[in-house]
Amino acid sequence: MEYLGLFNYWIVIALMMIGLYVVMSANNFIKKIIGLNIFQSSVFILYISIGKVSGGTAPILIDESVVYSNPLPHVLILTAIVVGVATTALGLALIVRIRSAFGTIDDHDVQQLDTRD
Amino acid sequence: MLSSHLSALQVVIPLLAAPLCAIFRKPLLTWLIALAVGLACSINSIAILQQVRESGEIVYALGGWAAPWGIEYRIDSANAFIVLIISFIYLIGIIYARQSVSSEVDEKSQCWLYTAWILCFTGLMGITVSGDVFNVFVFLEVSSLSTYILISFGQDKRCLTAAIRYLIMGTIAATFYLIGIGFLYSLTGTLNMADLASRLPDLASQNTVAVAFGFVVIGLGIKMALFPLHAWLPNAYTYAPNAVTAFLAGTATKAAVYVFMRLAFAIFPDDYFSDFTSTHAIILALGIISAVATSAVAIFQDDLKRLFAWSSIGQIGYIAVGIGLASTAGVAASFLHLFNHALMKTAIFMAIGGLFVVSGTTTMAALKDAGRRMPWTMAAILIGGLSLIGVPFTTGFISKWYLVSAALEQNYWWLAGLILLGSLVTAAYVWKIVETAYFRKDPDAKVIRQEAPLSLLVPTWILVIGNIYFGINAQFTGSAATQAATAILSLTP
Repeated sequence: MEYLGLFNYWIVIALMMIGLYVVMSANNFIKKIIGLNIFQSSVFILYISIGKVSGGTAPILIDESVVYSNPLPHVLILTAIVVGVATTALGLALIVRIRSAFGTIDDHDVQQLDTRD
Repeated sequence: MLSSHLSALQVVIPLLAAPLCAIFRKPLLTWLIALAVGLACSINSIAILQQVRESGEIVYALGGWAAPWGIEYRIDSANAFIVLIISFIYLIGIIYARQSVSSEVDEKSQCWLYTAWILCFTGLMGITVSGDVFNVFVFLEVSSLSTYILISFGQDKRCLTAAIRYLIMGTIAATFYLIGIGFLYSLTGTLNMADLASRLPDLASQNTVAVAFGFVVIGLGIKMALFPLHAWLPNAYTYAPNAVTAFLAGTATKAAVYVFMRLAFAIFPDDYFSDFTSTHAIILALGIISAVATSAVAIFQDDLKRLFAWSSIGQIGYIAVGIGLASTAGVAASFLHLFNHALMKTAIFMAIGGLFVVSGTTTMAALKDAGRRMPWTMAAILIGGLSLIGVPFTTGFISKWYLVSAALEQNYWWLAGLILLGSLVTAAYVWKIVETAYFRKDPDAKVIRQEAPLSLLVPTWILVIGNIYFGINAQFTGSAATQAATAILSLTP
C-alpha cells in the first residue's frame, strides 16, 4: 500500500491547495488570512514529515545507540511558526485599520471604494 | 579583533538598534539612532568590500559553530557589492527621511516608522550576507513584515489595502520559497549554501530538484516583482510614505534579485538554470516583455509615484534580461543595473517627495510649470529620467551599454533591438513629465520660486551627482559588477 504510506504527503497537498484556493477565492480579508494559515500549516506538516524516521524516537542523548528522528526540521518549523504568527498578527492588525478606514473588510467593496475617490 | 566580525556586525548593529527605537519613542532620537546605524553600516560595508578584495571570501561561523551545523555568513564580491548598495541607499534615505516623514506621518507614530525601517534594513542585510538558505527565509520575512508596516504609514487610507495585498502576496512568496528549500533539504540533508552546491550536482536529474527550483523561482519572482508576478508593487510604492518609497525602490527588490542569482547560478548545479531546464529563456522572455510592456503602462499613469513604480517593474525586467542571458557579461550587467537603478530610482522618488512637500500632491497637475517654480527639484527628476532612458553621461547609459553588449555577445540582435525599444518607451513617459514641467506654461501666472526644503534637496542631489559621476567614470562600478558576476557564477567549493 504505497499510496497509504504517503498519507502525510497527501494531506500536505490537500491542505496546500485548500489554503491557496481560499486565499484566491475569498473576498473577506480575514478569510484570506485564514487561507494563508492553512497554506502555511501544510508546509509545516511537509517539513515534519520529512524529518520523521520510521521507528525513531525523540533525539535524547543516552548511552545506547538508538534510531531517532531528525530534530532539525522541527526546529526550522518552530521558527516558521513564529514567522506565521507574526504575519497573522500583522495581517489582522491591518484588517482592524481597514475596517475603521473603509467600514468594510471585503476586498471587493474596498476596491469599489478605492476607485470611487 | 573587530575586523573578524565585520559580517556579523552588519546585521547585529541594526538588529540591536531597532528595539532601542521602540524603547525611546522620541521622533528625533529614533531618527538619530537610525542615522547612526546608517553611518556605522555604511562604513562597515566599505570595510567588508575592502576585506573581500584583499583577502577573498569572508566566512563567518555564527556563535563559533562550524558550517554544516551552525549558520554561516559568507561574503564574496557579489554580496559585498549588494551590501554596499543597500547600506548607502539606507543612509541617504534616512538623512532624507527626517523632514519628509515629519510632513507625512504624525509625531506619535514616527518612532515606529523608524523602528520598522531599521528592522527592514536588518532583514535586507541578513538576506544578502547569509550563507544558509533557511536563514535567508527568516530574514526575508523580517524585511517583508517590516515593509508591510512601513507601507501602512502612508497618508492615503489606500496604503492599508496596498499593505495587506502585499502581505498576502509576500507570504505566499515566502512560503513557496520555504517549500522549495524543504525539498532541497529532504534530498541533500543540508541547508548550507556551499554544501548544497557540492551535493546537488549528483542529484541534478531528480525531479525533486526541478520542483524545488520551480518553487524557489516563483517565490523569489514575486519578491523581486518579476513580471507577471508584480501585481503588489504599484500600489505599495504609490501609497507608502515618500521616504519609504525611495528606500524600497532602491533596495527591497534588489535583495531578492541577489538571492535569485545566488540560487540560480551558485547553488543549483552548473547549467541547471541555463541548459538543463532552460529556465533562463523564460526569465529572459519575461524580463524583456516586462521592460517594454510595463514601461508602456507607465506612460498612462497620472500619479508620478505610480508612474515610476511601473517603471521600476520595467527596470527589474532589464535586470532579469541580464540574468536570463546567463553569461558573465549578462550577470555583470544585472549587477551594474542593480547599483545604477538604486541610484536613479531613489533620486527620482526623493525628488517627488520634495515635490509633495511643496505642492501636497504627486499627480501630474503638481508638475505644471514646475521647471520654473522649482528648478532644482525638477532637474533631479529630469536627470533621473534621462538616466532611466540611458542617455550618455548618466549611469543608465552604462547599464544599457553592458546589457546590449552582453546580448550582442550571444548574437541576440533582436534582444538588443528590444532593449532599445524599451528605452524608447521609457523616453515617452519621461517626455510626458518634461513636457508638463517645462513647456506647459501659464503666461499670466506669476512664477513664485518654491523649491523643496534643502534637507530634502541635498540627499536627492547627492544621488543625482552620483548618477552623473558613475555615468562618466564607470571604473569602480564596472569592475565591481564584473567581479560580482564572476564570483556568483563560479562558486563551487
